[in-house]
Amino acid sequence: MANKPLLPEMMKTHGVSRRAFLKYCASLTSLMALSPAMVPRVAKALESAPRPSVIWLSFQECTGCTESITRSHSPTIEDLIFNSVSLDYHHTLQAASGHAAEAAREQAMKDNYGKYLLVVDGSIPIKDPGYSCIAGISNLDMLKETAAGAAAIVSVGTCAAYGGVGHANPNPTGAVAVSEIITDKPIINVPGCPPIPVVMTGVLAHFLTFGIPELDALGRPKAFFGESIHDRCYRRPFYDKGKFAESFDDEGARGGWCLYKLGCKGPTTHSACATVKWNNGVSFPIEAGHPCLGCTEPDFWDNGGFYKPLSVPSGDYRKMGLAAIVGGAAIGTASALLSKAGKAKAVKAHETVNAHDLEKSS
Amino acid sequence: MDCNHPSAKKPSATADVLSFVATGNASPVLHEVKHALIQLLKTGAESVIDLGAIPFAPGDDRVLNEILGIGEVHATLTVMGESHVRETAIPGVWCVDHLDENGEYQSRFIEVTYMPNILKTQREDAERGLETLAERLGALDDRR
Ligand code: SF4
Ligand code: SF4
Repeated sequence: MANKPLLPEMMKTHGVSRRAFLKYCASLTSLMALSPAMVPRVAKALESAPRPSVIWLSFQECTGCTESITRSHSPTIEDLIFNSVSLDYHHTLQAASGHAAEAAREQAMKDNYGKYLLVVDGSIPIKDPGYSCIAGISNLDMLKETAAGAAAIVSVGTCAAYGGVGHANPNPTGAVAVSEIITDKPIINVPGCPPIPVVMTGVLAHFLTFGIPELDALGRPKAFFGESIHDRCYRRPFYDKGKFAESFDDEGARGGWCLYKLGCKGPTTHSACATVKWNNGVSFPIEAGHPCLGCTEPDFWDNGGFYKPLSVPSGDYRKMGLAAIVGGAAIGTASALLSKAGKAKAVKAHETVNAHDLEKSS
Repeated sequence: MDCNHPSAKKPSATADVLSFVATGNASPVLHEVKHALIQLLKTGAESVIDLGAIPFAPGDDRVLNEILGIGEVHATLTVMGESHVRETAIPGVWCVDHLDENGEYQSRFIEVTYMPNILKTQREDAERGLETLAERLGALDDRR
């Protein structure tokens, strides 16, 4: 993979015009929340970016994250960007296996020591490292060994970023996140179960063009995780009016009302689902009538049941960021602020809020 | 609607209801457009406003579209999905919408310029064009 052509060359072979590239750069710049004045710089950086060597380690995971990033149906520029890194080791995708694969990893580490990007999906069991091994090497040892020579680490998916499903109560394997083991390297968390493909390539593009993006307190790139689902949800006007679906087949559900009472975690969940959407921009869970599960937040599995409203006390909401319930860029009006404040107060007191209460306060 | 092109996916019934919802952000954006137009005329400086960077509800789009109106030029580009480049009824102010292959919005901009860059043939494409033309002429000569 060492002699892969640079992006302009690859665009030419795939019949991608310069105009298409400029369009992609404009949309990518917008997605990365950069000023449109940066488009020429993004384009230039993407064209001339050296291809970093990437080592991708998969630990305790379901392969959903890899499945997500390889999901594109047509050769898009995202594919080209993903291809423009030199993916030197990826156990699931590479042809080699066992010791031959490990030899490829060791070679890539040796050739690019201190410069390669380490991508990790999956959590790491520490109760007994033998719970998850690759070619006889425990996940814990492989992570420590490979992280030592990495320039930076990208923890892809909620498992690598925060422990995910493996870490869920009662956590039989003692699963932990990458950041709980490696503390001396820059770590970018790209959570999601799985993360949106374009967010993964967007983070990769940001790393290629401008280095490590600005991160929030949970290590997530602010450009993609800066706003909550609730901030950008198209059902938000119904929330602001206190109009909630009470079951999956009632009048509210059919009318597209807010899914808060059916357990929507949108108010405490930071992700780009509502704007970037899924399956090449077709839709996202709330648009399909299902509440947001909160999959980009730590411990979302243990936060009290997917179908319980946030206001029902059950989980550890401190971890999910109570502030997110009160804050956020509202598309609402004064009444929205009132109802939000009322809800925040109720969450604090662990009371159940119903549509009637909210209607009264708005 | 001029800033939301009809070839984008049809808005649902709920979108009609939502078209009454506004954040009040259309007015500051329109003032920004006015300021940009003054700068274009004074110094030739072009501006781009990213509509994805501002919380905008359907009601705001309505205000924006009413004030800017529909102008003389409408170009459809077929570049990895469609793009629509339309001059508004305020000459020098353009709406540029990039859609993906499924007709979903990728990004939306207002450009204040005499000619949006994406409409121009890019040098690299013209170079490739020359190669293609030479190849085709060669093939034509071979057939004779
Ligand atoms: S609670 Fe969920 S469905 Fe309701 S407005 Fe917020 S994100 Fe949308
Ligand atoms: S809508 Fe919520 S649960 Fe669904 S993918 Fe997005 S963040 Fe995860």
